[in-house]
Amino acid sequence: MGDQQFEALKGVSFNIAAGEFVAIMGASGSGKSTCMNIIGCLDRPTSGQYLLDGLDVAGMDGNQLADIRNQKLGFVFQGFNLLARTPAVENIELPLIYAGLGAKERRAKAMEVLDQVGLAGKEFNHSSQLSGGQQQRVAVARALVNKPALLLADEPTGNLDSSTSEEIMALFTTLNRQGITIIMVTHEHDVAAHAGRQITFRDGRIISDSN
Amino acid sequence: MNLLQTLKIALRALRTNKMRSFLTMLGIIIGIAAVIAMMAVGSGASYVISQQIASIGSNIVLVIPGSTTSGGLRTGSGGAQTLSSDDAKAIMAECPSVAYAAGTVRTTGQIISGNMNWSSVVMGATPELFDIREWPVVSGRSISQQDVDGALKVCLLGQTVADNLFGSADPVGSIIRIKKIPFTVIGVLDRKGQSPQGQDQDDVVFVPLRTAQRNLVRAQRTGIVSAIIVKAKSEELIDTAENEIKSLLNQRHRITNSKEPDFSTRNLSEILAVAEQSSKAMSLLLGAVASISLIVGGIGIMNIMLVSVTERTREIGIRMAIGAKKNDILLQFMTEAVMLTVMGGVIGIALGAGGAVVVSRLLGWPTMISVQSITIAFLFSAAVGIFFGFYPARKAAGLNPIDALRYE
Repeated sequence: MGDQQFEALKGVSFNIAAGEFVAIMGASGSGKSTCMNIIGCLDRPTSGQYLLDGLDVAGMDGNQLADIRNQKLGFVFQGFNLLARTPAVENIELPLIYAGLGAKERRAKAMEVLDQVGLAGKEFNHSSQLSGGQQQRVAVARALVNKPALLLADEPTGNLDSSTSEEIMALFTTLNRQGITIIMVTHEHDVAAHAGRQITFRDGRIISDSN
Repeated sequence: MNLLQTLKIALRALRTNKMRSFLTMLGIIIGIAAVIAMMAVGSGASYVISQQIASIGSNIVLVIPGSTTSGGLRTGSGGAQTLSSDDAKAIMAECPSVAYAAGTVRTTGQIISGNMNWSSVVMGATPELFDIREWPVVSGRSISQQDVDGALKVCLLGQTVADNLFGSADPVGSIIRIKKIPFTVIGVLDRKGQSPQGQDQDDVVFVPLRTAQRNLVRAQRTGIVSAIIVKAKSEELIDTAENEIKSLLNQRHRITNSKEPDFSTRNLSEILAVAEQSSKAMSLLLGAVASISLIVGGIGIMNIMLVSVTERTREIGIRMAIGAKKNDILLQFMTEAVMLTVMGGVIGIALGAGGAVVVSRLLGWPTMISVQSITIAFLFSAAVGIFFGFYPARKAAGLNPIDALRYE
């Protein structure tokens, strides 16, 4: 409390290579979310280094971080986080708007990834007209649309039933085979089993790394 | 992110909450409509006033006799018979800033034509009077210098008199009797309408000045006039003309410092200035009331934008996570606020203009909606949006993406 500093992560050091599918596990408060925020360029480490695609993120300002998130990262959240009352295709186009692309180019790219996640024909459905699994697919498509170096998924199956979870995991596996690097936070072992590598956190330290 | 995209996003956000957007706009709509309607009605009113004043004639100085004391009773100003036709001639001849000067006498009398009769004002006039008052005839001819010199029994009718005595028939050439003396109608004057004091200026009969002096008014001396109407050469010369008249008449009437002048002058441009000032004060007052309503409307917008920022914290988080910069978020919320006020402004302008048309129709005034007032209202509504939208937008842009994403 007060002046006391709480160290969410201590002495954590690991490398993730391009093309890997990594699951980060741990109980709540284990430091996995802080780790994800740093990897996602939403937060910066107090000390230490984070190199993304060879770039040191620590010295960047807010606008540069926004560009990195836009160009190199794709986010998938537990709660889907789609914009309400907005058609699927426009949700997917959102990162491209901030990337400054024109309307035609945006629509073409969005339709392409929509097809990739198996939602062709649902482009004008609003999120309220889509099932949870479909919504998460839209979110995955949004994360992929800018061809990021890294797909970050924070409890992507947390709000889904087990069969839908399996579908999303199958999608992730397919995407990973296509060469997309995925880091996924989860506390479910059967979900984590889909990943090629599992890193487990406890009290801000890595306690196991299957690599 | 380009401007068109920003506008689209803002429009979508406003359409999501149609009722709320409309109610938020209402303050601005009312404020702007009030500004537009008041400015239009106000300028219509001042136009009517200035028209009425102009109907008397422009650049006019009025010279009237002073008061007189008889048997211990003092008459009011204008009661004395101290001004004469010669004074009028002298003013016109000797004052360089004066264009015209016309002496007049005024009386009232019963006017009879056939079996019709009508009581009206009868004025003795010289031809200059009609130049001064910029008052042409619509049929027949005006009073000429020969009519005055010969003291001919001819007359000019105002429209009201002509209507009441002759109806739609042309009175020119007819004989009427004024105070039982027969006069030939030589012309009918154009319609003037109401004076600023609300009098009907067309309820009048003009006869040659000398005819009136000899036959219609009683005077102590010949050549007495009840007023001299003077037209200055230009608006700038009104005050100079007034001073020239005063010094000339002081000389002619042998007024010294110890003796009170037996005449006074009145400057009609003063009346105009007073009327203009009061209509200006009125506009200022209405403007103040309208700006208060715009400020209240602006606060309403700020309030709703703050609510909206809180409600959409998650959305802001998502946008930031996928690459929106602080400025993108700032611009988005600013655009929403400005769009609200500008849309309110446009609706308000339409309503205000409609209201102004209705009001001016009812009052019979010209509708005067100036492009200037519309431009000002439009820019002002945009300015209200920028001013009151900035704080909520800055609040949105300042959110930490991690906290915003986690916000429930």
